[in-house]
Amino acid sequence: MEQQKPTRGAMWLRLLTGGARTVHDWAAVQVCDAVLAGQPARYIAVVPDPDNRFPRARNGEVGLVEGWQLARAVQEVVAMDRDAPAKRPIVAVIDVPSQAYGRREEAFGIHQALAGAAGAYAQARQAGHPVIGLVVGLAMSGAFLAHGYQANRLIALDDPAVMVHAMGKASAARVTLRSVEALEKLAATVPPMAYDIKNFASLGILWKVLRLNDLALPGERDIALVEATLEAALADILEDRERDLSGRLNGQHRQASRRVRELLQAQWEDAD
Amino acid sequence: MTADIDPNIDRLLKRDSFIERGARSRAQALLDPGSMRELAGPFERLHSPWLAMQKLVTQADDGVVVAKGKLDGHPTVVLAIEGAYQGGSMGEIAGAKIAGALELAARDNRRGIPTRAVILFETGGVRLQEANLGLASIAEIQSAIVDLRRYQPVIGVSAGTVGCYGGMSIAAGLCTWLVLTREARLGLNGPQVIEQEAGVAEFDAKKRALIWGLTGGEQRVVTGLADACVADDTHEIRATVLRLFAQGVPARHRSERADHYLACLRQVDTRVQATPEDVRAIYNPSQGDA
Repeated sequence: MEQQKPTRGAMWLRLLTGGARTVHDWAAVQVCDAVLAGQPARYIAVVPDPDNRFPRARNGEVGLVEGWQLARAVQEVVAMDRDAPAKRPIVAVIDVPSQAYGRREEAFGIHQALAGAAGAYAQARQAGHPVIGLVVGLAMSGAFLAHGYQANRLIALDDPAVMVHAMGKASAARVTLRSVEALEKLAATVPPMAYDIKNFASLGILWKVLRLNDLALPGERDIALVEATLEAALADILEDRERDLSGRLNGQHRQASRRVRELLQAQWEDAD
Repeated sequence: MTADIDPNIDRLLKRDSFIERGARSRAQALLDPGSMRELAGPFERLHSPWLAMQKLVTQADDGVVVAKGKLDGHPTVVLAIEGAYQGGSMGEIAGAKIAGALELAARDNRRGIPTRAVILFETGGVRLQEANLGLASIAEIQSAIVDLRRYQPVIGVSAGTVGCYGGMSIAAGLCTWLVLTREARLGLNGPQVIEQEAGVAEFDAKKRALIWGLTGGEQRVVTGLADACVADDTHEIRATVLRLFAQGVPARHRSERADHYLACLRQVDTRVQATPEDVRAIYNPSQGDA
């Protein structure tokens, strides 16, 4: 069999942790304890597992087991620092093609597994752990909700292979009763429908977009830039009094999100 | 035929269907009479800017009703999704209404006002015409549920007929308690999407019995993935919501039981496809670690 090339997610996990050993013997969910800004930090990535017991989760998808393992990995950090004044940061290295699509997955409640992961990340953030999401590849739909979308700060690499979206093009076309061509045409003019990282950045959800010299084989300067940006994100989180996601609401294309919140706030107490 | 009315038929005729109610009427039926005030309502003309760009039908409330009032005397906000509009999908405005209201409910609790929330899930998940803003707003909804449930139970109800899918099924999985009818379905990926992504052999979207058998309300409750399976009856649904609120915030939410579910999943024989019976055997709630 052909040797599988490490994915972007696997590569960045190794580069950022200096090849640290994984904490668990899990194949798909890779958890490494290393340092960030000189302090202990936990790094987590989901990578392909060609021998996954669940056949629909062999290409790096977040499936039933992966969702609950992500939850475990994050819960462990919260438990470790329960009584510590300083909460260690968590870096989610994001390269997830999708959630697992399958009958078994629905039967055993993959929605609950992904809730386990998303909930654990949100609880860690709310408990004071700085959570940083680094998008180095695909950040698709339910998989992204489970792994990274709850981060205090999101950073993405500027690269055609980096993509954030709610659904793959073929399925999105089927559900919206459009052709793939029509969908692509709309995606070119409607920013939230676009698949590329530039349009996504225009929504204001990302904290930083990084341009590297060599995306396939990042050199020392590229790695240093990513590390420095993670450190800057950490410092920014620590300075921030808020532990919520309100920092994502300032983008030019989120006027409606702000308007709705203003209205709700203005009318909230009057409703009593 | 006899002239006597079968008591079952009589009961059915008198039943007050929840499913047949629209979102606004559902919210009204749950809250104490006369206590409901709608926030960011249709007169604010919150039309989706993104649907308008695509020349698609918009609605002045974007398909979500934020209803504040009292439930059995307690301050409560009901977030009702209109399944009849755009499949109950979450666009930017619909999602912001739910997230924003949950955020204010959590803020109330930090200020000593014990506001609670009920979410009426009738949704296919992200509105694909607003794709990334729908997904972003669902992440914000999830964050707000996890925040609020520290103080008060967050109760999700899915009555049908749309059910609860996509990113919003993950939001449902974060709720403290979940109430389903037999008509409701709860799952991440809709059968159509699985068929598209994995082929008809994996999931035949036309097989309705298969879909309900695996993801229907009754199965979800028997397997512990939801807490109450109720009839399509407004009074029963309201009484169930009250009963679950009375249980308070549990020591551990369902979404926190990673060890339990990982242990269960180790028992799954993945060489064969799953049947409803397999899931019942493996997720037997009586064997749970609570």
